[in-house]
Order: sequence, then C-alpha cells, then structure tokens
Amino acid sequence: MMLNVSIYRYNPETDSEPRMQDFQVDTGGKDLMVLDVLELIKSQDTTVVYRRSCREGVCGSDGLNMNGKNGLACITPLSETVKNNKLVIRPLPGLPVIRDLVVDMSLFYAQYEKVEPYLQNDTPAPAIERLQSPEDREKLDGLYECILCACCSTSCPSFWWNPDRFIGPAGLLQAYRFLADSRDTATNERLAKLDDPFSVFRCHGIQNCVNVCPKGLNPTRAIGHIRNMLLTRAT
Amino acid sequence: MVTAVTSFGRSGLSDWLLQRISAVILLAYFICIGGTLLGGVDYASWKAMFELTSMRIFSLLAVLSLAAHAWIGMWAVLTDYLTERLMGNKGNVLRIAFQILCSLVIFVYVVWTVQILWGY
Ligand code: SF4
Ligand code: SF4
Ligand code: FES
Repeated sequence: MMLNVSIYRYNPETDSEPRMQDFQVDTGGKDLMVLDVLELIKSQDTTVVYRRSCREGVCGSDGLNMNGKNGLACITPLSETVKNNKLVIRPLPGLPVIRDLVVDMSLFYAQYEKVEPYLQNDTPAPAIERLQSPEDREKLDGLYECILCACCSTSCPSFWWNPDRFIGPAGLLQAYRFLADSRDTATNERLAKLDDPFSVFRCHGIQNCVNVCPKGLNPTRAIGHIRNMLLTRAT
Repeated sequence: MVTAVTSFGRSGLSDWLLQRISAVILLAYFICIGGTLLGGVDYASWKAMFELTSMRIFSLLAVLSLAAHAWIGMWAVLTDYLTERLMGNKGNVLRIAFQILCSLVIFVYVVWTVQILWGY
C-alpha cells in the first residue's frame, strides 16, 4: 500500500517561496508512526529536513503539523491522522521557518524565560533539602510533565497574533507550576508580572492547546488558576 | 510586564473583570426589556416605564456597560489584527485611527442615550 505524503519544503537561502513536495511511501501495510514515514522519505530524498531525537515522545523535538493538527511525529500513528490515504506534513504554524519542517523557536523560548521557570526561595536553605508534603507535591502533577514541544502554543491563535506579548499556553503552564509550588516564595512577584492585558489575559479559552498536547496536559485549566490567583490577590 | 496605555483599565485583570461584569449587566437589561416586550406594551406603558428614575438609571448603567464592553472587546480585536507585527508601521496608524473612531462612536452613543433618557 503506497501512502501519499505531501511535505512542506522551504529553504529561505535558495527558494523564493515555500512549496509542497509529494512523495509515495511504502508503509508495508503497517501502522507506522509519522516519524517512521519521515525516515522513509529521507531515504528517498536526503535533503528533507526535520528535527527529532528520542523517537519516543520525551524530548519534544519533533512537534509538527500533521493533516492540520499539531503533535509529535514519533508517537502519532498513521491510523490516527491519515485520511483518504493522504498525509500532509507542515512545520508548526506561527513560527518562522528555518528550513523545511524546522522552525525557529526563539519566540517560544523567550516567553518561557519570562516566567522565570525555576524555584525561587529566599529563606536560608535547610541542611538537606526543602521538604514538601505529599499533598503539596500532588499539586504539581499535570504541570511538571511538559516537554516544551510547542505543539500547544503554536496552535493557539492568540499566540500567533502576539507571540511577543502573550506568554502562550506552554509558558503559562510553567508559570502556574511555580505559582503552585509550596517551596517557592516569589508568588507575589510572579503574579505582579502577569497582570497586564497580554501576558495571561490574551487567552480566550479556545482550548486548542488542550486539544493538541501530546502529554495530555491542560494549559487552559492552569491559566484559569492563574486568573483566580490574580483575582484573589487584587480583591 | 507588557505596557498597554490604550487598554481600558491598563491591567489585564481589571479589563477581564469589567468585561464579565458588564456582560452580566447587559444580560440582565436585555432580559428585563425582552420580558417587558413579550408581556405586551403600548406607547403609554412604555413611556411610563422610562419615566421611572430606577429604569433610567438601569438603562444608563446598561449603556455604560455596553460602552466599556465594546471598548475592551474592540481593543482586544484591534491589538490582535492591526499590529506592527502583522503589517508594519501601517498597523500602528490603522489601529490608532480605529481606536479614535471607536471612542468617538461610543462617546456619541453615551451622550445620545442620556439625551433620550432625560430629554423627553
Ligand atoms: S503543554 Fe503539552 S503541548 Fe504544550 S509544550 Fe508542554 S507538552 Fe507540549
Ligand atoms: S485556551 Fe488560551 S492558551 Fe489555550 S489555545 Fe486557547 S487562547 Fe490559547
Ligand atoms: S523525537 Fe523526541 S518527542 Fe518525538
């Protein structure tokens, strides 16, 4: 069975504009992962460029847009995405393309950096470690698992229009991860930095982020928690 | 923190809260008006209703809510689509022009409402 695959090709150094290139791939009748198909395509045309590393959904390198939906190529089986024997693969939307399926993630990382994604605690460090009750530790579940693949932020219209001012679902999920941490003492300072009309409040609850997260995380819920914290702090 | 001098309350939280509160006020107002209309009105009862000070205050509150709601909503739309990022400097010029236009229209509507409510 030959699968029809259409791949976004663009080399800003030599091409005046992007184009789609069609390939026929022999899947051997197996339900391969999209990343396997890309490897097969690379054996046909070595100039096709994409990122990947772990090939098992932990590194977050191969976030791609497959038949219109963002996801990790390595853990997306063909049966989940292919319709009418056709697979269209594009880079993650909204970020500048470096080459073919590889995007420049600088804007995405800049937003991540803004939320200061590290524990801040100005009390003297204890001899061994800062302890946390099992209940407090539980509050971090569904937050710490994020692999920063950017599938969520690049599917969010608010992030497309304001990637320089709206932190986006991935960054906000991490913002809440540190707001919710019982060991972090910078809660107020963190909240103060989020109270402008863009950083958090550009989220209109469209939930595209929830829909695509390959780790099954829920940024919209975390954003709701941040909003409630801001509200409690201000009223 | 991102600064935004043209947003309504200059804070994301206050804009967000005001957007919700004004929506609730508008909903209450339209239910009230809708209910009255469904109950059947003639000119005399309609006029009598709007002669009540409470009704005039409620109407004014609704129009002010509409004004705030429209300003916050339009501001969000304009800062999404008419931006320097998307269209260069033209975005800034267009956005400011539309903002001025919006505020003028909103202002005229508010004044006109006051005139209607207390003018007859
Ligand atoms: S929240 Fe999910 S989709 Fe977003 S970056 Fe993290 S793992 Fe990826
Ligand atoms: S819920 Fe918010 S962050 Fe998620 S896609 Fe929608 S606007 Fe973006
Ligand atoms: S290659 Fe690491 S997540 Fe897909």
